[in-house]
This record gives sequence, C-alpha cells and structure tokens, in this order.
Amino acid sequence: MTIAASNTETIEAASLLRDGVEGFARNRVAVIGLAFIVVLIVVAVFVPWISPHDPYRVALDEQFLPPSWRFWLGTDNFGRDVLTRILDGARISLLVGTVPSLISLVIGAAMGILSGYVGGKTDAVIMRVADMMIAFPSLLLAMVVMYTLGPNLLNIFFALALVGWASVARVVRSQTLALKGKEFIEAARANGTSRLTIMLKHIFPNVIPSLIVLFSLSIPDAIMWESSLSFLGVGVQPPEASWGLLVAKGREYLLQAPIVAIAPGVAILLTVLAFNFIGDGLRDALDPSMKD
Amino acid sequence: MAQHHETVLSVRDMRTEFHGGRGHIRAVDGVSFDVGRGRIVGIVGESGSGKSMTALSIMGLVPKPSGHVAAQSITLDGTELTALSADGLRQVRGRDMAMVFQEPMTSLNPVRKVGEQVGEPLAIHKGMNRRQIRERVLDMFELVGIPEPRARFDAYPHELSGGLRQRAMIAMGLICEPKLLIADEPTTALDVTTQAQILKLMRELRDRVGTSIILITHDLGIIAEMCDEVNVMYAGQIVEQGSVFDLFDRPGHPYTRGLLASIPKATEARSEGRMPSIPGMVPNLQQLPPGCRFNPRCGDVMSVCHDAEPPLADLGQGHQARCWLHVTRDVETIGVAR
Repeated sequence: MTIAASNTETIEAASLLRDGVEGFARNRVAVIGLAFIVVLIVVAVFVPWISPHDPYRVALDEQFLPPSWRFWLGTDNFGRDVLTRILDGARISLLVGTVPSLISLVIGAAMGILSGYVGGKTDAVIMRVADMMIAFPSLLLAMVVMYTLGPNLLNIFFALALVGWASVARVVRSQTLALKGKEFIEAARANGTSRLTIMLKHIFPNVIPSLIVLFSLSIPDAIMWESSLSFLGVGVQPPEASWGLLVAKGREYLLQAPIVAIAPGVAILLTVLAFNFIGDGLRDALDPSMKD
Repeated sequence: MAQHHETVLSVRDMRTEFHGGRGHIRAVDGVSFDVGRGRIVGIVGESGSGKSMTALSIMGLVPKPSGHVAAQSITLDGTELTALSADGLRQVRGRDMAMVFQEPMTSLNPVRKVGEQVGEPLAIHKGMNRRQIRERVLDMFELVGIPEPRARFDAYPHELSGGLRQRAMIAMGLICEPKLLIADEPTTALDVTTQAQILKLMRELRDRVGTSIILITHDLGIIAEMCDEVNVMYAGQIVEQGSVFDLFDRPGHPYTRGLLASIPKATEARSEGRMPSIPGMVPNLQQLPPGCRFNPRCGDVMSVCHDAEPPLADLGQGHQARCWLHVTRDVETIGVAR
C-alpha cells in the first residue's frame, strides 16, 4: 500500500489513509468510541497521579463504603477505592484485550491466506492443526500453558494467542477461497504475479476489513479469557488488578456491596462497546466501495 | 497457412483435459493455429466451445490440479512454452504475453488504486521503481485514451466506468509491450458505443505498438470488423480456419454457415417469423456423438459423418474445414482421422 512516494506525489499517495481518516471522522459513534478508549488509556496510564487513593492500600475500617464524594464508586472488602482499582486494572485489561488479539490476528491471517490460496497439502496440514486447536478445550489448553510457563502477563499473551489464531485462520481461509476465484486474481496471475505477491498485495488488502471486525470481536473474548484464567488462579495474581479479577473477587460480596462486582463489569461492557464501534467505523472507512 | 508474416505464436495439437469427480473432460482437443506478427486472429464459437480454455491453456492459467494441458508445441516468438517450468512461464506472462478479460468490473482489485495495478507488471518484470512506474502508467493511460490520467491513477476501480476500466485493463496488458495480447470477450460486458470505441482502440494499438492479438468472441460482427484470420471452434476443436474473407465469403463448414446465417440482417422484413438458428445445442463434452461432433445438428449430414471424425480438409490458401463434405473425393488417401 502507500508507504513511500516521491515528494511531488506524497499528497496523492497518502490519499487512502486520508480517505480512511475522513470516512472514520464522519462516523460519530466510532469517534465517540475512539474518544472513550483514548481517555481510558490516558487515565489508566496516569492513574497514580490523578487518583488520591492507592489501589493497593488496605484499610479494613473502610470496608464496603457506599459511593460518596471521597470514594466515587465506594470501597471493596479491603477498603480500597473501587474506581481507582478499576482504572488501575484497565492497564492490564487493555493490554490483555489487544495484544493477544493482535498476535492471533497476524498468525491467523497468515495461516488462513496461505491455507486458502496455496491449497493442497499445505491447506490440509494447517487446517487440521487449526481443527485440533478448536476441538481441544481451549480453557484447558490455556491453563496448561499457564501452569507450565507460570502466571505472568507475557504468558497470558502467549496462551491467548495460541487459543485464538485458529478461528481467525478459518474465517480468513474461507474468504481467501472466495477471493481466489475472482477475476482480478486471475488477471494478476496473467500478469505473471508471483503467488507470494498475490497473497500479500491482492488477497491481504481484501481481508483487512474482516480482520478489523474480528479484532474488535476478539478483544472482549480476550478480556473474558483473562478473567477466567485469573479467576482460576493461573492468570493475573492479586493484589494486582484486572477487570476480570475484580469481577471475580467482587462476586463473593455481590449481596453486601453489588457495586464492587458491577462497576468493573460495566467498565468491561463500555470498553467492549467502544472497541466494537471503532471496529465498525474502521471497516466502513477502509472499504473503498463504501465511500460516497 | 500462408506465411506472409513472421509467426509470433504457434500452437500445435494442444489438448486440455480436466479430471474431476464426474469423470474426464477434454475441453480443448487437438487445437493448432498460428498468429503472425501484428495480426489479429479471432477465435469464435458458442459458449462451451473451448475458446476461453484455449486462451487459458496458452497462458498456462488452466486451473490445477484438475486441469492439464498437453501440446506437441506452443511456441511464443521462439520460446517453447511447454518446456518452461511454472516459474519460467510466470515470467513470460505479463512480459511477452498478456490477457484482457471479459469483465472489466471484476478484473481489477477493488481495494487497490487503478494506477498501481496497471503498473504492477512493470514492477514484476522490469524492476522499475515507483516514479518510473507512475510515469509509464500515465503515458499508457494517455495512449489508451483515459482522460485525466493523473486523477485516474489514484482512483479506485469502482470510481471508473466500465469502458474506462477496460481501457485500464488494456493498458495493463500492453504496458510491458508484449508480443501477444489475448483478449477474451473484451467487449461483451460493455454497451454498444463503448464496445466500438474499445475495438477501435485495440486496432489502433495493434498498428502503433505492433502487438499481435488473439480476439476471442462469439460475435461474428466483431470478427468481421477486427480480424485478419479466424478460427471457428466447436466442442473443443477448430472446425474451420482461414482468412476472414475466406470464412465470410465461402464458409466451408456447415457450422460456420449456420453461424453466418443466424446473424440478423437489417434489410430483412421483421415479420417473417423466427430468426434462423442452428438447431440443437453444443454437445456435452462427456457424451460426444460418434463420428463428427456436429452431426446431430448438421443439415448436410451423411453416413460417413456417423462413422468417423472428419480431418481438417484443405480448401486452399490456408483455408481449412473439418468436414467430410470436402474430403469425400479422396477419402482413401487421407484415411480415417483419429
């Protein structure tokens, strides 16, 4: 695509990007989603300076306080400020939501295109491996990985990417199969385009919109996966906080102080929604045939 | 065939077969023809006659692994294509021979800029950088009559009309100045005025660039207007070949006569009922009739037509027809064809 261009042509060459940005900017919901995520990221990064509370300080005399001016969302079972813990947990949850999704997207797209376009034995081998990944209980697989490698963030990334790439590969493969029969692929072959170039320059740009949608859909999945692993004790370790862990821990006090579990749940909901809006907006903006 | 011109493409006894779940199909069966330098050679036939498959076979684009091409020889300007590896053939495609497809609406990648796609063969075969490619593509756009070439370079395919896209496809086909351009029904998807413009453009480009053209069509009007020589295909075989004058003035094969008779004539009264047509349909390639493949539909059918396939009979000056009508006199010396 448009990476480099001579000086005189920079404006024209950058037009795909510019068109994309313009298209995205016209989509109000997508912009709101993006704004939400940006604010969330900024707040998550600067939370130690913004919040007057320490997310890890235990104050047993301030257990389960209701929302007030001092504690906007109340306090949890150790008297910690719920809002501060949510914002602190946002860091891990955002990382866990995006990084493994990106990794599984890259692997899945590469495998799917290779499998669909080359076909034959390559296709058979890749798809059988993917089938195994899908058929194997993913939670068990992720737990095995976490048990053997130890519970830290990098291993969570690895475990989630291992679980996630296969379904991406399936979707991309079927799209590649449909694209393979298109006349423009035959025209590219008639030009003497090599298989690698066809896969990179002709098929890949056509699956990008689906990849974006898959990405926005896999973020909530990844956040949920992380919370499952954390809940089972092989993910993020307390007192560190991730949203999944906050929900899991808050669940125990659901009757006493429902907000402790509900607030991080709402945070997950809003973030997932925002990512979905962004995904929709990007897909529409990047598809040239949707331009007006 | 009369060799006034240097031969650019020579195809000898090409056979294209498909092996699939439902058996075995020979889509192209023993096709031989030549294309002279700077000539426009037509391939005409009904749907399913094997004309597109002939083009794909020459290009080496027959779908694998079900399809298989065998030929005694396919020579492009001295290069024996049948001896090339898959990668060797890939390097010939786009550089020495190029193809323009039927559907200009779908033969450009919808998510890439038109100019980049048209210039792609230059990057593949000539190793040009982006600036050189851009200049060459803009020149080419001008040559094929695309207005505002700079704006079109950065346009996406859906922003161009069908006629402009087909011009862009022709520009892409000719950008490396190939020796041979195969145009597979290049105007079928276009409206009539655009069709005339595109055909005119192809003739002009042939004169200016000197590229030989194989023009595949089912439209005898286009053949008459464009071609120097014609091959008529039926059920995977060439049933008649010759100069465009021979073919239209003294068609040798009953099928060709039938095709010519079914062209509507503006002078005839319209009230005289149905247009003349050839009865029946193109046979299923898996259930070919014994003997001549055209015998169920032929008005001149004789007993020999059911017994053996006719050979290509010489009608003089490179004009040949695959019909027993022209060989009955010396059938003993020719013997029974395959």
